[in-house]
Amino acid sequence: MRRIPWTHFAAPQTFYGLAGVCWKPLAFLALALAVAGMWVGFMVAPTDAQQGEGYRIIFWHVPVSWMSMIIYLAMAFWGVVCLVFRARMAGMLSQALAPTGALFAFLSLWTGALWGKPMWGAWWVWDARLTSELILFFLYIGFIALTSAIEDPRRADRAGALVAIVGALNVPIIYFSVKWWNTLHQGASVSLNRAPSMAQTMLWGMLLMALACWVYALAMVLYRSRSLILQRERHADWVAQLPECQPGVPA
Amino acid sequence: MRWESWSAFWHMGGYAMYVWGSVGMCMASLALEVWWARRERTNTLRDLRAELAAQAAALEGEGT
Repeated sequence: MRRIPWTHFAAPQTFYGLAGVCWKPLAFLALALAVAGMWVGFMVAPTDAQQGEGYRIIFWHVPVSWMSMIIYLAMAFWGVVCLVFRARMAGMLSQALAPTGALFAFLSLWTGALWGKPMWGAWWVWDARLTSELILFFLYIGFIALTSAIEDPRRADRAGALVAIVGALNVPIIYFSVKWWNTLHQGASVSLNRAPSMAQTMLWGMLLMALACWVYALAMVLYRSRSLILQRERHADWVAQLPECQPGVPA
Repeated sequence: MRWESWSAFWHMGGYAMYVWGSVGMCMASLALEVWWARRERTNTLRDLRAELAAQAAALEGEGT
C-alpha cells in the first residue's frame, strides 16, 4: 500500500492549491443536491398524517441540526491535531469551520422555533434538547470571539482547540437528550438499528438535504481556509508569487 | 407532483408562515455566508497586493 503523504497536504502551500481545485465542484454538487432534495421534499414526499404540510420544515431542520453537531466534532478533531501535532493547518481549519457551524446551529434553533410554534404552541421551551443546542450555538460564538481576540495566531489556535475539545462534550448530550430526559422534542427521526418511522420519499428528501449541507460545509471550509492561509502566510515567498497576488489581476 | 395548484403549494396547508419562514431564512443565511466569504477573499487579496506593491516600491527606492 502506498503511504498517503499527509505531511505534504498539511503544508499550507499545498493545501491552498488543493482547496482551490476542490471548492468549486463541491459547491456545484451541493447546489445540485439541494435542488434534488428540495424537489423530493416539497414536490414528491407525501403529506404527514399528523402534522399536515407543516412537517416539511424537517427537510431543513434535521440536516442543519446534524451539521451543527458534526462541524463541532470536526473542530474538536482539528483541535486535537493542533495540540498534539502542532500542525499549522489544523488551527486554520477549526477557524474556517466555526462560522458555518455557528450558522447551522442558529438555523437549527430558528427552524425549530418555527416548527415548535404550530405543533407545541410555543416558539421556545427550556427542554433538554433545545437548551443543549442553544449551548452549542454559544460555544461556537465563544470560539469565534476567543480566537479572533488573541493576536498571536498560534496562541489563538491553542486556546480555540481547548474550547473545541471541552465543548465537544456537549454534542453527545444534544444527541442523546431525547433519550436521557423526558423531553417535548420528538425522538430521533433516523436511527441505524430500526426501520425509519417515515415514508421512503420523506427519508430520501431528508438525506439528500443532509448531503447537500455536508458538501456545502466542505466547500465553504475549503474556500474560507484559503483566505486564512493568505492572511497568515502573507510574508511567505510562495504567496508573493501566486498569480492572484500580482497587481492588476481580478480576485 | 403532489399539489393541485401553485397557490396550494405556497399555502402549505395553512403552515405557510412556518414552512416558508424556515426555508427562506435558511436560504438567505447561506447566501449571506457565501457573499461574506467572497468579500473576505477579495479584501484579503486587495490588502496583500497593496502590501506587496509597497514592498516592491521600497526595494526599488533602495536600488536607486
